[in-house]
Amino acid sequence: MIQQEAWLIGGMFAVTFLIRFIMFAMAGNLRLPAPLQQALSYVPPAVLTAIIVPSVVLPHGTVELSFSNSYLVAGVVSFFVALISRNLLLTIGLGMAFFMVYHHLI
Amino acid sequence: MATTNTLELHMLRWREFNAGAVATLPLILGAIPFGILFGTLAPASGLSIAATMAMSIIVFAGSAQFIALGLIAAGASPSIIIFTTLVVNLRHLLYATALVEQVKHLPLPVRAIMAFGLTDETFAAVSRRYQGDNIKQAHWFYLGSMSAMYGNWVLCTVIGIALGSAIPNITDWGLDFAMSVTFIGMVVPYLNSKAMISAVLVAAGMSLQFAHLPNKVGLLIAALAGISVGYLVAKYFPLANATATANKGV
Repeated sequence: MIQQEAWLIGGMFAVTFLIRFIMFAMAGNLRLPAPLQQALSYVPPAVLTAIIVPSVVLPHGTVELSFSNSYLVAGVVSFFVALISRNLLLTIGLGMAFFMVYHHLI
Repeated sequence: MATTNTLELHMLRWREFNAGAVATLPLILGAIPFGILFGTLAPASGLSIAATMAMSIIVFAGSAQFIALGLIAAGASPSIIIFTTLVVNLRHLLYATALVEQVKHLPLPVRAIMAFGLTDETFAAVSRRYQGDNIKQAHWFYLGSMSAMYGNWVLCTVIGIALGSAIPNITDWGLDFAMSVTFIGMVVPYLNSKAMISAVLVAAGMSLQFAHLPNKVGLLIAALAGISVGYLVAKYFPLANATATANKGV
């Protein structure tokens, strides 16, 4: 491993661990205000949605609203599978299978 | 008597540990192609094999590792890549804040280990566990979840490196969709109140509006906008939030 890579990985570790640990480290003397606690219940769906939507609408960096965008079509199909089945494993299995087939047909 | 109690405690901890690993399995399934893809793409982006392994073992942050690959390939300096990692991982600060109440009684070294393993998947698995009963030993559930995620992530990186050198065009297989479909399956169960649906719709719209911003800053803006709107809808239209607190977990 070259020296520059060691610095890069050390730095990435430092910032990632700091972000994950700072709240846990101060845990004993920290009390969160109620509004913040309520707002936090919206964090996981809001963050995940903000990751998913651009990754399927702009899979290659530009907006692709068409049936030739297999990421978007498979994303919509997966959404309905999840909505109907309420089963994560089934959603991943059917979603990936649909994507693999559709992506290669396009 | 003391021996029996100790034995029971060990068995309870072991059961929690196993339950945590099992509850994370569906999420691990989604992470498998993602980890393999990372191992496959990293050497192609200019990272050495040793650095590829070290990144998965030491950093353990999937989306940040992928974005780092893109920046390395584009010739970005380590300081730019480290700052981008900071921005992309800020969401974990919000996850940690959500879990503080459940971990604050634990010894600092245990909290440090748990912080290292605070990924999207483990957060989703343990949030549900912490809504249940008897959470006194639930940190063993957390440790089981993160151990399964970590072991899988490192193993998949190894497999990816091996496959990447054996099958040259594996990157065309669409493994990158795995992350999207996993996250879709995680979000849908949340959509049970007007407040939650508003939060998600706003986050979706804003993420497209700001998709052109560098370093995934758009992700943060979109998430914060969604969280704010969800909070405000629940506050000013209380009926809209009727079921949100009843089913927060994935």
